[in-house]
Amino acid sequence: MLLTGHAGQVSIGHAAFLAVGCYANVILMDRFGLPFLPSFLLAGIVTGIAGVLIAIPVFRLHGIYLAIATLALSMLVEDIIVLAEPWTGGVVGLTAPTVTIAGMDMDRFSSPDRFYWLCLAIALLVTLGYRNILRAPLGRAFLAIRDSEVSAQAMGVHLARTKAAAFGLSCLVTGWAGALLGHFFYTFNHEVFTVVVSIQLLLMIVIGGIGSIHGAFYGALVVGIIPQAINIGRDWITDVLGTGGVAIPGLETGIFGLILVLFILFEPLGVHGRLTKWKIYFELFPFYRRDLFRRQRSYLKTERLR
Amino acid sequence: MSLLDVRDVTIRFGGVTALADVSFSVEPGEIFAIVGPNGAGKSTLFNLISRFCEPESGDVRLDGASLLDRAPADMAPLGVARTFQNIDLFETSTVLENLLIGRHTRRQSSFVAQAVFSPAVRRQEIAHREAVERIIDFLDLHAYREQRIAGLPYGTRKVVEVGRALAMEPRIVLLDEPASGLSPEESRDMRFWISDIRAELGVTVLMVEHDMGLVSAVSDRVLVLAEGRVIALGSPADVQSHPEVVQAFLGVEPGPAA
Repeated sequence: MLLTGHAGQVSIGHAAFLAVGCYANVILMDRFGLPFLPSFLLAGIVTGIAGVLIAIPVFRLHGIYLAIATLALSMLVEDIIVLAEPWTGGVVGLTAPTVTIAGMDMDRFSSPDRFYWLCLAIALLVTLGYRNILRAPLGRAFLAIRDSEVSAQAMGVHLARTKAAAFGLSCLVTGWAGALLGHFFYTFNHEVFTVVVSIQLLLMIVIGGIGSIHGAFYGALVVGIIPQAINIGRDWITDVLGTGGVAIPGLETGIFGLILVLFILFEPLGVHGRLTKWKIYFELFPFYRRDLFRRQRSYLKTERLR
Repeated sequence: MSLLDVRDVTIRFGGVTALADVSFSVEPGEIFAIVGPNGAGKSTLFNLISRFCEPESGDVRLDGASLLDRAPADMAPLGVARTFQNIDLFETSTVLENLLIGRHTRRQSSFVAQAVFSPAVRRQEIAHREAVERIIDFLDLHAYREQRIAGLPYGTRKVVEVGRALAMEPRIVLLDEPASGLSPEESRDMRFWISDIRAELGVTVLMVEHDMGLVSAVSDRVLVLAEGRVIALGSPADVQSHPEVVQAFLGVEPGPAA
């Protein structure tokens, strides 16, 4: 989820990998009786391997075609979940068992604070690992293939392998996220992992700021808050207008789309980019120039999706 | 044995013959220049050696082993580095990061080790950084170390690209028009650096260049291409007085009075 932004490969199929991680985790715990931690780790690894296997054929495609292929994948996985009923419970779905680490129950309902700390710890560890990768050779190879594939090859970066690694890594993390999501939802079925989720993930990255770790967090915040804000806004409209207003269909999707368009037009670097600009503005206070960021901006607009 | 051996290479793009039966060999420790008018096939030759295009016939050998079954990404581990005519740096990264990517083939840590940033990875990163700092010293890039490529002037980018190729610690470096678009001062600096690449780093240089001043100042041997054919090969002085070369460059028949 984070790495697709960094290696410059667009995927709108990540809901599929969320699903793989989620189901793998629960199946491992239920059927094989594994405790939470090993099953959680394995769920990520299974998803990562699935990602690499899919990456090998799919990465012959570029840009928009890649996006379409991953979109198709997302659709497929929804159906596969329904078809593979003996394992996945089909339309009825599965129920996640309680998370227990060292005798401590971490249930979303009975002990939500512990579950929160668990999620936070995992998020922190993943972020740390991600930062480490970025400052290591692998991370530099990702940046290299994003900026120039030809040049990256001349530097000895193996394109297919590096892209598969980026995708696998991204799927690994997504698988973990999926596993946690399963525990969060408690019961889930195929309808949880729709294309809309994939698009929301992409939205988080774009709104937060492409290619920055901060951005992923800001983006998640914004995307998480907006539905609430819309609901509050709805109540307010109902109050003002008396009736009507309550059930405008597609309002949420529309607003998401609008926000996305506005961000791409006016702030391609996302929330993170905007904050950085403010920071630099105050640092350089009297000397700030509007053109300071122009070059990077034009780059992001045209070449990212190629 | 020659370091690089190009034998009877022919490349056609559709009806255009880019290279016709081109043969030459580069000895270890040599500065070898390829010159020729636009469209003579110089860059095609480079793309062939760095494996971005396939020949119709002929062979390219490094240390006697054919390179034709190699992919572009295999060339760096073999010690063949290159620069690009129109500069192909990683635009959104800093100079330092660009040079570090040049060290890519020297990495040797697993993915898990990188994720936890183990002591071994840390040691290697420090070693990479030291190697890159030596390149920065060598090319006087100190002032630009933390700057993004996107904001740098053209001349500096040229130098960074040479640095990125050298960071690989190659055995042979292919420079595609290292001095094109440079000011006279920058071009003079480049001249010193090219001779230093051999003198101090012991790297063999194969370059394509239009600037005959630069070519005759630094190179040991010059190959002249025109319309895909070799028309002369020899020392800079020999080549410049060669009648066919004069014709190809100036477009005049060498008359008796000239």
